[in-house]
Amino acid sequence: MKVAVVQFPGSNCDRDTLRVLSSIPGVNARLIWHNKFGDDSFDAAILPGGFSFGDHLRAGAIAAHSNAMQTIRQMADDGKPILGICNGFQILIEAGLLPGALLRNALLKFVCKWADLQVETTETAFTCSFKQNAKVRMPIAHNEGRFFADNDSLVSLRKAKQIVLRYSDENPTGTIDNIVAVSNADANVVGMMPHPERASSPSLGGSDGLKVFQSMVEWAQ
Amino acid sequence: MNLFPIEIIISNKPQARDPEGETIARDLIHKEGFHAIRTVRTGKLLSITVEAENEENACNLAVRMCNDLRLYNPVAHTISVRVGPKN
Repeated sequence: MKVAVVQFPGSNCDRDTLRVLSSIPGVNARLIWHNKFGDDSFDAAILPGGFSFGDHLRAGAIAAHSNAMQTIRQMADDGKPILGICNGFQILIEAGLLPGALLRNALLKFVCKWADLQVETTETAFTCSFKQNAKVRMPIAHNEGRFFADNDSLVSLRKAKQIVLRYSDENPTGTIDNIVAVSNADANVVGMMPHPERASSPSLGGSDGLKVFQSMVEWAQ
Repeated sequence: MNLFPIEIIISNKPQARDPEGETIARDLIHKEGFHAIRTVRTGKLLSITVEAENEENACNLAVRMCNDLRLYNPVAHTISVRVGPKN
């Protein structure tokens, strides 16, 4: 399985993500600079965290116009797994590939801590290896992670099982309905504020995040 | 063709809380006694100059740009486009 980790100016944890992917049997992962990503031979793509283009205008808004996003859009249409982590989630929202909006945290603070989460659906490309309602822990580190959608949209997201992860204990960002990850209608595109690559080995404090990447392999089989 | 100064203001929709505005209201304006200021909403201002035949065309182009390039997220934001001050 050929997986692209797309780098933007200001990406972070791209190499961490590459390292985790490289530890999974059957995965051939590569880092690709955003404006060189026109290759359609990849089976999946991951947009890492960070502060692409300095978060100017709005987190993810500039990267959403990168040439790489044309390839990402095509891959998404083809049903290939696409994961946006943190800033990657913001980019997917700004590109219109995921619903909703991500606003500044309610306390106007950058929040960096381990978070208790619950897996709300196992029917996505990045959660199919989990057990339904599994309690997992992964770190969050962001300033704009307050998911927002109007009431009608929330009802349809719930009905379509597009809410992927919720905070299960504390909600440190004021995100609506405790939502920290959503998917598109086809469940192949997922965005999450937590960093699964930072929770991929006991030496990092936890390995729940590994299953996010293992899910991608399972989904593709 | 002339150059027209245009201002684009991007702000959160009323349904989306604006914690920055709330903080400015609570911890600065009201704290210092300006209680007649009832509400505060923050936004982002883009001050642009547009080459166009007239002001109306300049505003229309700015609105189209905001929509086409998604300068705001219509889920959470509204935009206001107006003619800016002439220098």
